[in-house]
Amino acid sequence: MGADAHIAGNSLPFLRVCRLTKHYVRRSGIARKRIPIAAVRGIDFEIAAGKTLALVGSSGSGKSTVARCVSRLERPDAGQIWVGDTDISRLGNHDLRSCRSEIQMIFQDAVTSMNPRFSAAQIIEEPLLIQGRGSKEDRRTRAQEIMSEVGLAPNSADRSVMEFSGGQRQRLAIARALALQPKLLVLDEALSGLDLSTEAQITNLLLDLQAAHSLTYLFISHDMALVAHLADAIAVISAGRIVEQGPTAQVISSPNHPETKALMAAANAFQKNYADVLGGSR
Amino acid sequence: MASVFNDDLVQIIDLTISYSLPGSAPVRAVDHASLEIHRGEVIGVLGESGSGKSTLAAAILRLLPPNAHYNDGSIMFRGGNLLALAEPELRRVRGKEISLISQDPALSLNPVIRVGDQISEVVQSHLAMSGSARRQHVEELLRAVGFELARQIYSAYPHQLSGGQRQRVGIAQAIACNPVLVIADEPTSKLDAALQAEVLILLSEIRKRHGTAFLVISHDPTIFSGFADRIVVMYAGRVVEEGKTADIFRRPLHPYTQALVRLSERHLGNARASRVRFPVIDGEAPDLTHIGIGCRFAPRCPERMQVCMSCDPRELTPEPFRRVSCFKYGS
Repeated sequence: MGADAHIAGNSLPFLRVCRLTKHYVRRSGIARKRIPIAAVRGIDFEIAAGKTLALVGSSGSGKSTVARCVSRLERPDAGQIWVGDTDISRLGNHDLRSCRSEIQMIFQDAVTSMNPRFSAAQIIEEPLLIQGRGSKEDRRTRAQEIMSEVGLAPNSADRSVMEFSGGQRQRLAIARALALQPKLLVLDEALSGLDLSTEAQITNLLLDLQAAHSLTYLFISHDMALVAHLADAIAVISAGRIVEQGPTAQVISSPNHPETKALMAAANAFQKNYADVLGGSR
Repeated sequence: MASVFNDDLVQIIDLTISYSLPGSAPVRAVDHASLEIHRGEVIGVLGESGSGKSTLAAAILRLLPPNAHYNDGSIMFRGGNLLALAEPELRRVRGKEISLISQDPALSLNPVIRVGDQISEVVQSHLAMSGSARRQHVEELLRAVGFELARQIYSAYPHQLSGGQRQRVGIAQAIACNPVLVIADEPTSKLDAALQAEVLILLSEIRKRHGTAFLVISHDPTIFSGFADRIVVMYAGRVVEEGKTADIFRRPLHPYTQALVRLSERHLGNARASRVRFPVIDGEAPDLTHIGIGCRFAPRCPERMQVCMSCDPRELTPEPFRRVSCFKYGS
């Protein structure tokens, strides 16, 4: 029965976040009085294995704090983060090391998340080195494999990261995240700031990688239109709380909460103009 | 494309700009680009990174770094060539006649000076006004860009304002001396969608009220709908297409413009089915240090012909108020 229960466990969510809470402290005044600011106030969500949950909110809603807690760059003040049957919310640095290869994060601005003196290969090999995986040659081979998988020429492995274009750097960031064969990718505004054609290319790459490796995505964004395209489910966050969540089609077609409606309206703000331009003869 | 209008405000003719880089061939960022800006008109310059759109914008105000070289062409304004002006003369143009809204006001505003004083500084350099009149003028400007509590905002430091508020301060600064042309380089790309719409509405209002012309730079065609009169599309340093906004959206001619417009439609709410791959433009923009012969878009073009690889396309005028550089429409 024990083994069966474990197999049945496949229907369990891959990631389950319960009552997650995080405060930051601001020091204010001459006495540097500590003022706690609640960034995330007890939120719950879950993502099934191989699926994408989009966490959508406007600036300052707490969405990046959630991303940083789930990838354990921050230690939450309260609540649990279940990855399979392990709660990683309280783990110390030593125990986190093994869970880091399961969860990787991709940041908005790829270049500031990379050492400018590194070559592309060094960027990708670094997580392997830290985790003590393979020999020097193995790591090099693996770096080149991943580079071609994300659409970078393996013969550019020795070029410095500064020589790559914005889109290529974002591919490199994805390659680094994939080096340890993680199961969950946390993508914090990973596509914003990219050109339209680059954004489309990277979106397709993420969809292909998800299909090939059954990756689970936590996709943080403020762009409802983009999210509608690639997420299975949407959770809307406002002032540190999740105010609405559900399957993508449902949230998009019948948004309930004012915040969801505002985000939808923002995404559609240009649609009316566009219809006017196409319909009217100016 | 010689104009029959005499309402030309700025005429950019055959502008060519390159950057010299240590240990590398020069980068030709703008290559024989021509463009006219009429009085009170909103022009959108559409291009992706490396298209030369920001270099073009900064060149009008002569704000390029020292390693930039104006190799060829002219920028005519009020009967003179801006490229021939000396620094003191330029200073009388900058901020007074032509001003700039930057992409990120968090970087362009001085962090240790109250925002009101920073706007006041622009007024002081160009207009003869008493201190109290200037203060009043700045508060009016702040109200004009949508701040109800103009007095409080006047005394605020940039870090005390949100991104959207800072961008509005940047706009107030740009319109402080009622210029005839405002250049806005990606004015909304650091803002989220709701704030984007707000800023564009504000710019439209200013244009209606004062007849200010705008040159707006963006990589996203959607912001131009309902806002720009004309769109100029740049690719790899060249102007590849120009037309009225409605025509560009309704009937884009250049394969590159067609691809961009197709990509932007996704933003317009027809994304109901999830996990569907986007249509993409394969490949990347060319390396501007090694420009070969032929159309620059040819390596990525789905409609590439033999001639595209061996000859440079000429600029054609297939219809009035339209120009395109593509062999599909003749040679």
